[in-house]
Amino acid sequence: MLVWSRTGRAGAWGVLALLFGVVYGVPLVMIALASIAGQWNGALPSHLSLGHYAEALDGDSAAQLRVSIVTGAVASAVAMFLGSWAALALRNLRPAPRRLFDMVFFLPSAVPSVSVGLGLLVAFSRQPLLLNGTTLIVIIAHFVLISAFTYGNVSAGLSRLPPEFELVAASLGARPGYRLRRVTLPLLTPYLIAAFSLSFAMSMGEVGATIMVYPPGWVTLPVGIFALTDRGEVFAGAALTMLLAITTLIVLLGLSRIPTKAVTRQG
Amino acid sequence: MASDLALDSARSVARSAREPGSGICFEDVTVAYKGTVVLERFSLTVAPGEIMAIIGPSGSGKTTALRAVAGFVRPVSGRIQIGERDVTDLPPYERDLGMVVQNYALFPHMRVDENVAFGLRARKEADTTVYGRVQECLRMVGMLNYARRYPRELSGGQQQRVAIARALAIRPRVLLLDEPLSALDAQIRRSMLDELARLHRELPALTVLYVTHDQTEALTLADRIAIMRDGRLVATGRSHALYRLPTNRFAAEFLGRANLLTVRREATSGAGSASDGVFARVRFGDVSLLARSAEGVSAGDECLLCIRPHDIGLQRPPAPVNALVGTVQSVVWQGDLHNVTLDLGADLGADLRGDLAGDRGDSILRLVSLPLREPPQPGDRLEVFFAPEDAVLIPAEAAHA
Repeated sequence: MLVWSRTGRAGAWGVLALLFGVVYGVPLVMIALASIAGQWNGALPSHLSLGHYAEALDGDSAAQLRVSIVTGAVASAVAMFLGSWAALALRNLRPAPRRLFDMVFFLPSAVPSVSVGLGLLVAFSRQPLLLNGTTLIVIIAHFVLISAFTYGNVSAGLSRLPPEFELVAASLGARPGYRLRRVTLPLLTPYLIAAFSLSFAMSMGEVGATIMVYPPGWVTLPVGIFALTDRGEVFAGAALTMLLAITTLIVLLGLSRIPTKAVTRQG
Repeated sequence: MASDLALDSARSVARSAREPGSGICFEDVTVAYKGTVVLERFSLTVAPGEIMAIIGPSGSGKTTALRAVAGFVRPVSGRIQIGERDVTDLPPYERDLGMVVQNYALFPHMRVDENVAFGLRARKEADTTVYGRVQECLRMVGMLNYARRYPRELSGGQQQRVAIARALAIRPRVLLLDEPLSALDAQIRRSMLDELARLHRELPALTVLYVTHDQTEALTLADRIAIMRDGRLVATGRSHALYRLPTNRFAAEFLGRANLLTVRREATSGAGSASDGVFARVRFGDVSLLARSAEGVSAGDECLLCIRPHDIGLQRPPAPVNALVGTVQSVVWQGDLHNVTLDLGADLGADLRGDLAGDRGDSILRLVSLPLREPPQPGDRLEVFFAPEDAVLIPAEAAHA
């Protein structure tokens, strides 16, 4: 505790609360208010109603929400699978090639998502790989953007895993496949869940690359929100934003409740 | 039902105890990491049913030697045999050995019984076999009542017992113990040592390779001890013999902190009544001493005289053979014993004192005695005695090695 006096502590908490309030609270409150606004001419909105939510839940928006969830789930699952595979395969590599592979994986997260979208569009718009206008290209775009994080998460988990677990398992007669299934992966579960959660949250909010590649039949919710607000329907957009945030939150909460027994006793 | 099980387990332990064990044989094994040699031309044979302790300071290559047996490191040259089988090129999971490591490495996501069953499940043993064997092994280490617990719910000593049960469940011919007690506190370490000794009495065919940096563990448990330093084997022998008659300076100092005095073997061949080739007369300054001779120490050679602190007495024996006089430097009481250090330097010739400043020997003599009613005071002149049987010469070549 750096601040000793009671008033000093209260002051410190006050400043912190104010900062958090301005940075995180105000935008969220404004969106929440906008989502139930009929009109907003004064300081506060008027003609409050849940009409925007009702519209959201039965029109195109419901379909867009479903598209977003499916895209997020599929892309995250694929990213988790391939990211873990890559992390497992590359962990015993010498440092130099290891750094090269790390860079390859992390590159997409350093490039603007619009550029990733454009790149995919250019690359897959001609035979033999004509994916332009398919659902698949949206999922690929999401995968490219989030795989770095799953790879990074699982790599971090592997590097924190004491090597003795796998060595002892091997000495007890466990072949590599059995060892992976019964020891390594269960011990990595917390990292796998974290990787999936982060990927899913990122995918649910992705708009830059999606907007470059999405076909008319596979509109994700963020793209829908962008289109709505672009047409001036800010209140409807706000309702969808709230819907997106709540859905993502529910999924993340659900994931965080998956029990993991892989807690190592320290000391 | 329960008594049937107990009977079964007793029978199966007896059966596994009767089966012939497998020894371990290192043949010129060299291991290198990234060009650095950590184990150099290491050769050692562990007889079936024997407990061999490998001791040495950290970085001496002892853990590497154990890991080479387990198959976690691949030698760049040399062969390793377990029993009749050359395992040098076999992966760890085909070597059929049990292993216990310092931090237990119990799988945290499995209960105690699942941990013990792991090796059997990996071998696809039938459920009934697995159940019986898990019960048997947990009973052996006294952890049967904890079968349904998770490792994080157990103390360090309990975790190590489970780790031992897990290693024994697959009925290995060879058990590798890598500093198994280092993470435990002193009291539990002592009781685990007794426990390990008891386990080996129950499973006499089990060959044990025990890596430790703790000489007490090695001396208590091992039939034979191998001492390592800088990736090489420095000395090996039966525990008692190696302690009583170390063959080189490192062995003498690492195993039990011996006193080492620089002496010169007397040129005269007739070295007194006790000298029948086993004993030799040496000079320490102006003092003449009688000690066990060693190979490689010829008449006139400079060598080291090794004498254990507890073999030095303060009481004058009826017919003293070896006596030294020194000035008391310090007296430390430790409850059940007194530690006394003596400076012999003042009574030596000036030229020899110069020699002693080097790293070959010591002018300080440490001795341990039972608690003294009237302990000497620092500055006192003290005469001490030791028997020729308790002193051994170490060749100068080995001393310089």
